[in-house]
Amino acid sequence: MFRNQYDTDVTTWSPAGRLFQVEYAMEAVKQGSAAIGLRSRTHVVLACVNKANNELSSHQKKIFKVDDHIGVAIAGLTADGRVLSRYMRSECINHAFTYESPLPVGRLVVQLADKAQVCTQRSWKRPYGVGLLVAGLDESGAHLYYNCPSGNYFEYQAFAIGSRSQAAKTYLERRFEKFMDSSRDDLVKDALIAIRETLQGERLTSNICTVAVVGVGEPFHILDQNTVQQLIDAFEIVAEEEPPAAEAGDAADQETAAGEGAPAEEGAAPMDI
Amino acid sequence: MSFSKMPLVEANQTPDASSLSLDSERTLYPYVTGTSVVAFKYRDGILMAADMGGSYGSTLRYKTVERIKPIGKHSLLGASGEISDFQEILRYLDELILYDNMWDDGNSLGPKEVHNYLTRVMYNRRNKFNPLWNSLVLGGVKNGQKYLGMVSMIGVNFEDNHVATGFGNHLARPILRDEWNEDLSFEDGVKLLEKCMRVLLYRDRSAVNKLQIAKITEEGATLFPPYSLKTFWGFEAYKNPTVGAEGSW
Repeated sequence: MFRNQYDTDVTTWSPAGRLFQVEYAMEAVKQGSAAIGLRSRTHVVLACVNKANNELSSHQKKIFKVDDHIGVAIAGLTADGRVLSRYMRSECINHAFTYESPLPVGRLVVQLADKAQVCTQRSWKRPYGVGLLVAGLDESGAHLYYNCPSGNYFEYQAFAIGSRSQAAKTYLERRFEKFMDSSRDDLVKDALIAIRETLQGERLTSNICTVAVVGVGEPFHILDQNTVQQLIDAFEIVAEEEPPAAEAGDAADQETAAGEGAPAEEGAAPMDI
Repeated sequence: MSFSKMPLVEANQTPDASSLSLDSERTLYPYVTGTSVVAFKYRDGILMAADMGGSYGSTLRYKTVERIKPIGKHSLLGASGEISDFQEILRYLDELILYDNMWDDGNSLGPKEVHNYLTRVMYNRRNKFNPLWNSLVLGGVKNGQKYLGMVSMIGVNFEDNHVATGFGNHLARPILRDEWNEDLSFEDGVKLLEKCMRVLLYRDRSAVNKLQIAKITEEGATLFPPYSLKTFWGFEAYKNPTVGAEGSW
């Protein structure tokens, strides 16, 4: 209603106490393609949907390695994401040079959040139009953070951002309590399944998704396509043994029924119809 | 500049002394100096010793100079060389630790990080021909890991199981090379330190007989009250020194 009067620049409050430009920036994140993250005590997995605009082009890079112990997945204006990744890399490398020690991920996200906040309080700037899922390791273990264009940041056990992320979030909400003690491989599998949820029936293949892992003793790296395809095949075969179910909710039950021998899969997730 | 950046040590916002060719503002020689620091790893952490003397050239002018200080929760810093530069370094580290604490998160700067920070500071000052005239010994324990390192005034840095500065390198380290082992108890460590410090007291003219021992373990730093070493001068050669001397005196 009154939105249009108070949304011209970021330094104008609305009568209801909102900054519309910041909220519009958060909309941009929702329009980007999905990115999800989840973590256990020792590992963090990031995964995202990577669809190319057309067959001729390559797809957008959405996961960036920031340091051996930190990586980031973005959703929204990928150009903004690239610039912020460069900033993060710069901060990490400066810290490592001065202190010969990795920058704790908790401090990096605060610096990132402060940087985003500046853009919400200068009339000649605009907020960054990108949401960042920051995955990293520090002294206190594995962490997953979400950095918002508003300058807020939160720590998560698991999270999904971007378009159709609600489907992934629903899946993650059902299973997140087990993540803390999950093995690395189970975490990757859960990430892929969560990504599949956002595809709404489209077939999940390794050329439309990217997966990255960081963990204790495992520096941040993006899994190569063949590995990802093998992992997908492993649980998709299992899924095809059962009669194909229309509801996304069945996917969780199907792999538990097949029993990949992974202890974390025990017990069917409650169906919420 | 966001508050989280390093202290303004390397800030180039104002032209500094050397670029303005103001020789009076560069360190050319040291004035009040401390002598050796000796330190080594022992079973529970690091032991460090230094005497409390501040020499003004050849005069043993100040006799209650604390040359070992705790840094943050995990480290000890010992310094030889110019005392005023050591105090300046303590101010830098104070700011560093303050900012580290202000983060108020689960992370803290350990001895390795402080050592590297000091290396950067010392090397950068050396490059500007305005050194901090110190040899620093940085020891600490964090998460069960013991760390002991040294930085010189020209930025040379290294880690080792036992380190010493100045005369300590020549007189104490040979003793340590023979007698140090990984698993020294606190009592044995102190005995070994005293052995080194006694040799230094006898042979280093800038040593004073008032030493401070400090230890750092996982629990934290402890600076022991200063005390003196017993010395023995009753050697035969020192009795009747003029017997058999030729000449009128």
